[in-house]
Amino acid sequence: MANAFEGRLAHKFTRNIKERVIESILFLMAFSAVAITVAILAILVVESLGFFEHVSIFEFLTGTVWSPLFADAHYGILPLLAGTLTVAAVALAVAIPMGTIIAIYLSEFAPHKVRETVKPFLELLESVPTVVFGYFALLYFTPFLQIFMPGLPGFNMLAPGIVIGVFIIPYISSVAEDAMRAVPMAMREGSYAMGATRFQTAIRVVTPAAISGIVAAYVLAVSRAIGETMVVAIAAGLQPKFTFNPMEPAATITAYIVQVSLGDVEHGSVAYQSIFAAGLVLVVMTLALNVFGHVMRKRYREIY
Amino acid sequence: MVTSEVVEQAVARGKADVRGLNFFYGEKQALKDVNLSVQDKKVTALIGPSGCGKSTLLRCFNRMHDLYPGNRYEGEIVLQPDNLNILSPKVDAIEVRMRLSMVFQKPNPFPKSIYENVAYGLRVRGINRRTILDEKVEEALRGAALWEEVKDRLGDLAFNLSGGQQQRLCIARALASDPELLLFDEPTSALDPIATASIEQLINELKARVTILIVTHNMQQAARVSDFTAYMYLGEMIEYGVTEDLFVKPRKKQTEDYITGRFG
Repeated sequence: MANAFEGRLAHKFTRNIKERVIESILFLMAFSAVAITVAILAILVVESLGFFEHVSIFEFLTGTVWSPLFADAHYGILPLLAGTLTVAAVALAVAIPMGTIIAIYLSEFAPHKVRETVKPFLELLESVPTVVFGYFALLYFTPFLQIFMPGLPGFNMLAPGIVIGVFIIPYISSVAEDAMRAVPMAMREGSYAMGATRFQTAIRVVTPAAISGIVAAYVLAVSRAIGETMVVAIAAGLQPKFTFNPMEPAATITAYIVQVSLGDVEHGSVAYQSIFAAGLVLVVMTLALNVFGHVMRKRYREIY
Repeated sequence: MVTSEVVEQAVARGKADVRGLNFFYGEKQALKDVNLSVQDKKVTALIGPSGCGKSTLLRCFNRMHDLYPGNRYEGEIVLQPDNLNILSPKVDAIEVRMRLSMVFQKPNPFPKSIYENVAYGLRVRGINRRTILDEKVEEALRGAALWEEVKDRLGDLAFNLSGGQQQRLCIARALASDPELLLFDEPTSALDPIATASIEQLINELKARVTILIVTHNMQQAARVSDFTAYMYLGEMIEYGVTEDLFVKPRKKQTEDYITGRFG
């Protein structure tokens, strides 16, 4: 009896060890993702501190000239910020109405078969490498726009903005559709029972019920549009100009970072460090938007 | 269609007549040759064990089954006074729903203010004039015995109300569009006994104004609120009659077994 009992204990001991090891491996893997994010942020901050030893934060945040690569170097982030916001605004002007309409259609109107066919195609848009969209914007879409707008320069913010807008449609449509489909059927039935049409139900009941999820979708799309790099680097001209006119060429924060990383800027120079400061601005913007988006997303789940 | 004079006379007293109704969820038949005459300005209760088809029958009246693919009706439900066959494919489901209202099992207010919840049916009908809405909203809230509790906070989100208040709000919403027939689908099953009592009292007050059809799994409730009761089992109408008769001296053994609690 005693022996058998000990045998059982020994077995339990090795089992516990095994469990512990597996658990720690899983924990380390999950933790590594967090650690890498923190490390990236730390490097951004440290390198930016070096940059701010040479350039005052005030000049950086309020200057309207960005020319780190010229002899007469100026480090005002506003031109890059203006370019970033203009491209994002053009993109959102396309993506928000289209994404919302698609979400409403897929969630409230489309028969099951149509929905299952359309969704993979939408997701296909997401999976095309953005460099392809960049050359598409430069080589096909800008010339196409020039047919209607002869004065449009070869490099401009309009074409990349619209192209970005198109490929972030699925970001909005899929999150917004999820939010709408999460609205309980009982609420829709309440509306139909009052004699409402499908459209009235979709607009007056389902959309307001899903509004925080829809806003979350918008916020995620804004953050995606701001962070987009390749399309603007290729098609917007890489010229930091303080302008909000989408018909002009410009550079965005991301495009500038690409430009410097590819060029022969001396390691450790102020121009080199400037990309970290610019990167930090970008990270802070997108991080704030993402956090806001996720908070909104969580909130709509709490209603029901 | 040939209708005998006898049937026509019976119809004249009824608000709605169900005749030979079969209903199918896809291949599955949920209602079998159901006949029922809903009397005008009376409360008719549908009782029976779970899955007997009482909710399915109720949802035929406002064509809720149209919302889901694969459902099929056979037979007719004739609405008076204009002899309108609700189930006819030629009749627009929205036109039907404009004349009937429904209160659901769980309170399902919209994500809007208390005021806008009640005004919803009117807005859907294109009525947007503030004076008319104000008047109708107050009247409906009074009708649902909710006015005194919410008159100072009509702009509050409806979700902030208690469960019983939300259900009375849903009743107010249903009343605002002056329905000819009010459908209740187990309206108190998600409520506590006090809220239940207030809803039952409300039903007693409402029957002077509107015809009521109520599904309930609670036999005491059926006995308390209804004038007529129909007992259903496995998609069939087993017995239908004056509530007192049905509970005191049921004609069928099956009904007796159910109401005495020997079964179900």
